[in-house]
Amino acid sequence: MTQTTAERKTDTTAAGLGWAALRRRDNLVRFSVITALLLFTLFGLPQLLSLYYTDAMTQVAIYAIVALGLGMLVGRVGLYSLGQVAVLAIGAWAAARLLFATTQPFPVVVVEAGLVTMLLGTLIGLPALRLRGLYFALITLMLSGAITVVLATVNFPNGGRGFTGYDGALLHIPAIRRPSIAGTDAAYFRYAVVVAIIMFALVFAHIKTRPGRAWAAIRQSEPAALAAGINITFYKLWAFALASFITGVAGGLLASADRFLYSITFHPQDSITLLAVVLMGGVYSMYGAVIAALLNSLLPAALQDWGVSQDWLTILFGIGVLQVLTTAPAGIVDQFPKDMKKLGRLLWRLVRRPVTAAAPATPGAASASAAPSASGASRASRGGTT
Amino acid sequence: MIEVENLTVRYGGVTSLDGMSLVFEKGTCGLIGPNGAGKTTFFNVLSGFVRPVSGTVRAFGTDLLALPHFRRARWGVRRTFQTEQAIEELSVYDNVAMIDSPLRGAAARADVLAAIEFVGIDAPPLTRVGTLGAGQRRLVEVARAVAGKPRLILLDEPAAGLPGEETAHLAAVIKSIPSYSGALTILVDHDMSLVSAVCETTAVLDFGKLIASGPTASVLRDEHVMRAYLGTAEVL
Repeated sequence: MTQTTAERKTDTTAAGLGWAALRRRDNLVRFSVITALLLFTLFGLPQLLSLYYTDAMTQVAIYAIVALGLGMLVGRVGLYSLGQVAVLAIGAWAAARLLFATTQPFPVVVVEAGLVTMLLGTLIGLPALRLRGLYFALITLMLSGAITVVLATVNFPNGGRGFTGYDGALLHIPAIRRPSIAGTDAAYFRYAVVVAIIMFALVFAHIKTRPGRAWAAIRQSEPAALAAGINITFYKLWAFALASFITGVAGGLLASADRFLYSITFHPQDSITLLAVVLMGGVYSMYGAVIAALLNSLLPAALQDWGVSQDWLTILFGIGVLQVLTTAPAGIVDQFPKDMKKLGRLLWRLVRRPVTAAAPATPGAASASAAPSASGASRASRGGTT
Repeated sequence: MIEVENLTVRYGGVTSLDGMSLVFEKGTCGLIGPNGAGKTTFFNVLSGFVRPVSGTVRAFGTDLLALPHFRRARWGVRRTFQTEQAIEELSVYDNVAMIDSPLRGAAARADVLAAIEFVGIDAPPLTRVGTLGAGQRRLVEVARAVAGKPRLILLDEPAAGLPGEETAHLAAVIKSIPSYSGALTILVDHDMSLVSAVCETTAVLDFGKLIASGPTASVLRDEHVMRAYLGTAEVL
């Protein structure tokens, strides 16, 4: 008996070490692919794109942050917020006000806008955190409507005086300033991408450590979370505060991207569209936020460029959400690779059949699924030796 | 050592614990009784989910009821649930590491890995729990219970629904919890063979009151206990 437990112990240690090593290699591949993609986005993409699409991609970078915040709320803590665009508007307002009123460096202003939004968003969210599901969604939708009304009255700062910084009689409205290193649209696109990367890293650091574990526990089982000593209200509030912070930072980026802000550009209904694209992209993965942002900001721009009516978007998003809710709860980011794998297996089988007609389908499928992992391993080991 | 005095819990008109008093010294102790006797309610009081109407609980000199529920894990209360509550989307490691442990950094990591190894989970620590079978998930919960310097471990029917050989493995694990962690372990289960195999002492609840306690073998032979379980009529 003692011997078997001892054997079992060494077994698990060995397996654990083996797996840890494997995971590290896997991470290395993933890390280099992501780095390559990001480098391309930063240095290759602005050269290839027209000014129109550069601006659209800047919006994608900004909305990726917003989608990340919302996806975190939905996927990690189960809070369906229908007020994220209002939170974004708060961030944009605070940043615009600070950019007009002070000569602080741009990054400082963006962080301050994030902090102001975090404070306001958390204060607003505090009573709402007692609610769940539909009720939380309704409360946030109403708050978002209220914020829109307030913004319509107060207006966005346009270089005027006073607390609101708005002067309706101004003839020459100054543009909201941009960081000195990012004056051109291409440079500002790079700037937005870098900020987005930092925000993704911030959220990633949360998900992989104690808060992430707490959020996962809360989402599945509040009793288990409580029994493990997780302060549920605190961690929910933390999720809300973090989501508000990064959305506020995105608001700051948006203020300088658009250069002129108008309250009519922040519709409560945009929050609903945002939730739809976030669900479609996938709320359990951070890549889902990027897909959501592409759907939210690049697709409308592309449709406009091609001369297709924007009404198709509403239809497309409606179908997309239905599809997600019924067949693919983890969104495109989870569904697409699975579909591709299935398609690949199907094609492989079609190719293989004439050669070994007698062979049953299963070995073909097995070798098909084994092939990518083998090539991945060899690629990784090559990467390790160089 | 845990001393419970005069503990009463009411849900509306239902009295779930009725002036219960008991003492568990150390090691692995059994807590048995028919359905509705108040065993899970007792656990809920200890882990802070339920506030008693009256009574005191002193555990290792601490007034447990004075601690807010989310602080009790840090103090050393651990529990598992009747329906297993391993978090599916997290890895085995993260499931155990989510406990509010007094340890930090490398010591905490080593402690978590030791707990996983102690319960003997057959999968690597970074496996997602959602891919494991029922028995392994139970072990994940037990690993979470023994990690992070526990003082009082509450196991609520850990063997429910497990096949024979997995129950045997679980019994061996539970039996060695006190020597592994030094925690006082309280086991609630309807499986008398498990209780008698694992627990040195056993207490019996019926209708929210303690009706017997002492060495397991003699408690199981006690006529009050027989009557509570088998329902022998008093009129005989």
